[in-house]
Amino acid sequence: MKGYLFLMYRWFHGEVLSIPGRVIALIFFICLFLFPLLTQEPYYLRIVTLTIIFAIFAASWDVLAGYAGQLNLGHGLFFGMAAYTAAFINIQLHWPPLITIPIGAIAGVLVGLIVGIPALRLRGMYLALVTLSFPLIMLGMVFVFSDFTGGELGLFGVSVFSPSRVVSYYVIAIVFTICIFIMYKFTDAGSKHLRIGVILHALREDEIAARTSGIDTIRYKLLAFAVSGFFAGIAGGLYTHYLRVAGPSTLELLFSFNVLLWTIFGGLGTIYGAVAGVFILYPLTEVLSLFELGEKIRYLVLAVVLIFTLLYMPEGIAVWVLDKIEVRCPRCKLVNVFWRKRCRSCRADLYPEKTKMRELL
Amino acid sequence: MLLNILINGLIVGGMYALLAVGFALIFSVARILNMAHTAFYMVSAYVIYIGSSMLHLSLFPSIVMAIFVTVILGILCFYLFFDRVKEHEFTVMIIAVALASAFQEILLLIFGGTIRAIPPLAEGFYDIGGTNVSYQHIFAFLLSALILIVLWIVLSKTKLGSAIRAVAQDSEIANLMGISVRRVYVTVMGISVGLAAVSAAVMGPIYMISPMMWGQPLVIVLAAVVLGGEGSIGGAVIAAFILGYAESIVVFMVPGGAFLGGAASMAVMVLVLLVKPEGLFGVLFEEERL
Repeated sequence: MKGYLFLMYRWFHGEVLSIPGRVIALIFFICLFLFPLLTQEPYYLRIVTLTIIFAIFAASWDVLAGYAGQLNLGHGLFFGMAAYTAAFINIQLHWPPLITIPIGAIAGVLVGLIVGIPALRLRGMYLALVTLSFPLIMLGMVFVFSDFTGGELGLFGVSVFSPSRVVSYYVIAIVFTICIFIMYKFTDAGSKHLRIGVILHALREDEIAARTSGIDTIRYKLLAFAVSGFFAGIAGGLYTHYLRVAGPSTLELLFSFNVLLWTIFGGLGTIYGAVAGVFILYPLTEVLSLFELGEKIRYLVLAVVLIFTLLYMPEGIAVWVLDKIEVRCPRCKLVNVFWRKRCRSCRADLYPEKTKMRELL
Repeated sequence: MLLNILINGLIVGGMYALLAVGFALIFSVARILNMAHTAFYMVSAYVIYIGSSMLHLSLFPSIVMAIFVTVILGILCFYLFFDRVKEHEFTVMIIAVALASAFQEILLLIFGGTIRAIPPLAEGFYDIGGTNVSYQHIFAFLLSALILIVLWIVLSKTKLGSAIRAVAQDSEIANLMGISVRRVYVTVMGISVGLAAVSAAVMGPIYMISPMMWGQPLVIVLAAVVLGGEGSIGGAVIAAFILGYAESIVVFMVPGGAFLGGAASMAVMVLVLLVKPEGLFGVLFEEERL
């Protein structure tokens, strides 16, 4: 028993505690789960819950745009369609969220495939524009068939997970943890068990080369669309059951652009970047709205922060920070903390150029 | 009904063409996806409003002032933001979106969210076969046509035009031939933003002005550029007219069509792209076919 515990600790020390990025992730998840013990103020709980939902949403966009390279400007469509589906079933049939959210996610998958089929023929900016147009077409439909969709007001009276806010918070936080873990593993190019991460990288970097290497690009593109639609659908279902309404605002242009802003601010092509982007920017706008002056200038502040971050860190803030605190061993490719001089495993010099400089001087 | 659609489509298409050409120009020359293009149009509309309603200038001087202010703002934005991150296409796009929303917020702070109107250049109606067309609409169409023709002459006949086209084709080779690529970029940015400012003078009195007015035309402009084919300015003009007609057909023929105007032009774009993925007049390189 003691031996097992020791082995587990060694694994934990080597795989988590020695890698700064994973330590930050661990602290982040601990804080996330301890948050309701700290404060139960409904306003703060609401901000954090919405942040979590949007983080799932942004990460699902990152799977599609950052990994598969399919720049989707209308990601709100997946979210909105799932939200409307879940709300509609919940109101009409009174099924509980446990069933409606998976159905919403399946709706997200279907929408993802429908959008994905034209995407097979288009690329780059054309793809971006076609995907941008789908939510706008849908928005027109929502207003025309307002008997079904509730028009401007949307569908309201959706049931909640639980009357207690804290329980809702924990449900959403657990779903978030699972979703992010799956998405991270799904896109992990260094994985020993799944090939998909590497294939998606290849698809993004050079589609023709991927094709000539015998990768069925069509299948993997559609898979990326389906997976992305699935997680965006889960986020949409959570959103509608948390706010108890499914409205046309989820299909608007700015809602889809928000995902882009969050993810690119955090770092495109990294799931943690998307999460970090949402967790920095969304609470920032909400906290600013607490003050009278802040309420007026919050989007201005957001825009200015975004512009200057991108001017000085075009790769995104999470990538920039990780780049500063992590250093990869030049010999064995293991990740080390920046203050080490030698690799923790193979003792190779981590900063060969610096050492050489010092010797020269 | 038919005449209504014909005239309305022509006018709406002309206005969209004016906006789309500016966007296509900077995109094809400098590869800058300037999502803030319609935000410059909005800024210009507000400057016209300030000139005509607050400073009590007559309309013409305020339009000149608007063009001047907007062009300077555009060139400033180019130097401060776009020029530095030109290599990252996504970053340029996001910065442009952020700039547009910054403009929107600043205008919201100054003017509030109320919808305002610019006085028209000419009042009154003209009767064409039983359809009343206001002078402002006729004027809008004539001015758009005039500007498009002038732009076409500049691009195809002058030295500056051939420099611009050379940079659009291959900026590195153009640089080797002694063209200052950076200066061409700045000039094109100026022309593009100037076109946006002129469209504000044309469209401002027809549509109301508000800090949210940049979203809807942006979508149409993007659609026109994609539909016309990447890098094809003539294609963008023709596509703008197609979209204008699609919109006016739906608005006049379908009940509840006012909601569907934008959706209809989007649907046309998607359909065309499914048949011809490179756009109407785009060039498809052989290695891109998959």
